[in-house]
Amino acid sequence: MAHEILAATNAVVTLDVALPGIVWPWLVTVNMWAKSIGTGVIFMLFILLRMHPESAKNLRFPTAIVAFVFINIFLLFTLADLHQPFRMWHIFVYSNWTSAIAIGSFMASTFLGLLTFLGYLAYKKDYATFDKILLWTTILAIPVTLYTASLMAQCTARELWQMPTESAQMILAALLSGSAFMILMGGNKLSGEAKNTLAVILGLSALMSFIIYMSEYIFGPMKAEEVAATLDYIKGHGQYTVMFWLGQWMAYLLPMLFIVLSRVSKSESILKLAAILALVGLAIVKHVWLMIPQLLPMS
Amino acid sequence: MQLGFLVDLHLCMGCKGCEIACKVENEVPLSTWRLRVKYVDVGTFPETRRTFTPLRCNHCENAPCERICPVSALHYLDNGIVNIDKERCIGCAGCVMACPYGAIYIDPQTQTADKCTYCAHRVASSMMPACVVACPVQANIFGDLEDPTSNISKYIQVNQGGVQVRKPEKGTNPHHYYVGGGNVTLNPLASQRMQGHNLFNNITTLPVGGHH
Repeated sequence: MAHEILAATNAVVTLDVALPGIVWPWLVTVNMWAKSIGTGVIFMLFILLRMHPESAKNLRFPTAIVAFVFINIFLLFTLADLHQPFRMWHIFVYSNWTSAIAIGSFMASTFLGLLTFLGYLAYKKDYATFDKILLWTTILAIPVTLYTASLMAQCTARELWQMPTESAQMILAALLSGSAFMILMGGNKLSGEAKNTLAVILGLSALMSFIIYMSEYIFGPMKAEEVAATLDYIKGHGQYTVMFWLGQWMAYLLPMLFIVLSRVSKSESILKLAAILALVGLAIVKHVWLMIPQLLPMS
Repeated sequence: MQLGFLVDLHLCMGCKGCEIACKVENEVPLSTWRLRVKYVDVGTFPETRRTFTPLRCNHCENAPCERICPVSALHYLDNGIVNIDKERCIGCAGCVMACPYGAIYIDPQTQTADKCTYCAHRVASSMMPACVVACPVQANIFGDLEDPTSNISKYIQVNQGGVQVRKPEKGTNPHHYYVGGGNVTLNPLASQRMQGHNLFNNITTLPVGGHH
């Protein structure tokens, strides 16, 4: 491991060029966060229409609009992050099919098309067709929300981003943010049972995400020196230590606690607070996890 | 033909001639580098030693940058060079993130990705890369890895046990080799990069895309 080498050789870089700083900035954080909400609310509508159809029947139009808006935010920030945004069309003309970016662009564009169609169907109150299209939209939402994990996995030597783990985190982020947003958006339209279902999804996805982050935090350094060096940025006096723990508390620990409290006290306000914290905390968690592997010197 | 590079670190004396030649030949903008020589000091006074490591694109056989590029701006030439089409690049910086060697940068003038191409334009005219020509001690050896009579093939045969690549565990199969390298020279995590400890500057990071 590098730590032992450092101690043995006392090696110090004494002359080198300036290295690139953050390559993917906060724009990419917003990209991932908005995509989680855009896909997550579709998952939740699909679940609610099957488990609590009476309660969810009035949520078709607002959900389609919210998903449409957040997927557009995701695409807008993706575009804004490009150094040559006016060449975006190259992706569709010169597509490289081994690239997660290219495949993701096609999937996200198709997803946006389906959301537009869903919005139109809901506006026309054609619910039978809406529910059929929703099934395919929900199926497509899975790879759309996962493709960023594939993209991160293609970043060789950024070993913190492991594909199975990132896939799980992406889908859990969609479930977490989708359920949180639906709790806030549903309001009085949702029955107590429907809110309970959303609270359980929110709580369990928070718990599972937290377990995965803690597993990586504790055991990751034992697997690869890059992971150990990356996690140093969130340990001790690391650059991102405070932000990492703030995110863990806001996105996972406090929402879990508040969900339990809301069930005990039957308080809708506490449940809404849990949802707001989860949404804000998720953005912080995503940001930290995006930044720290970029701080590692690659050469 | 599969072109490759080998750097004999026993010979390199850190003159940075290759770095300058590359800058001039390829008009590499300020604040960016296709090729750079890293100095690492090892040991504690009076038992100290300075090492020099020229770093450039490894032209991997299994290149992560080529795989992640959504528009195939990064592509293979028939001779194994991983080339870049700057007119096609959209500047997503996926390649910058995917390269395990930190060899790709965003050109602040064109706002597209750029990197060492083994001077593909010179090679196409049967000339050696600029850095090879400039090296006063012939530490840079360039040639066809598939030709057993080429200088690079002979060098690899002679130094079989001592030939190394950077980060072999990443499975990228670099076409860029080192003789006389060690963990300190080839592994970026094996040396500390302290703020303010550089010889001629104290800059350790730059904004991607650069400022002028």
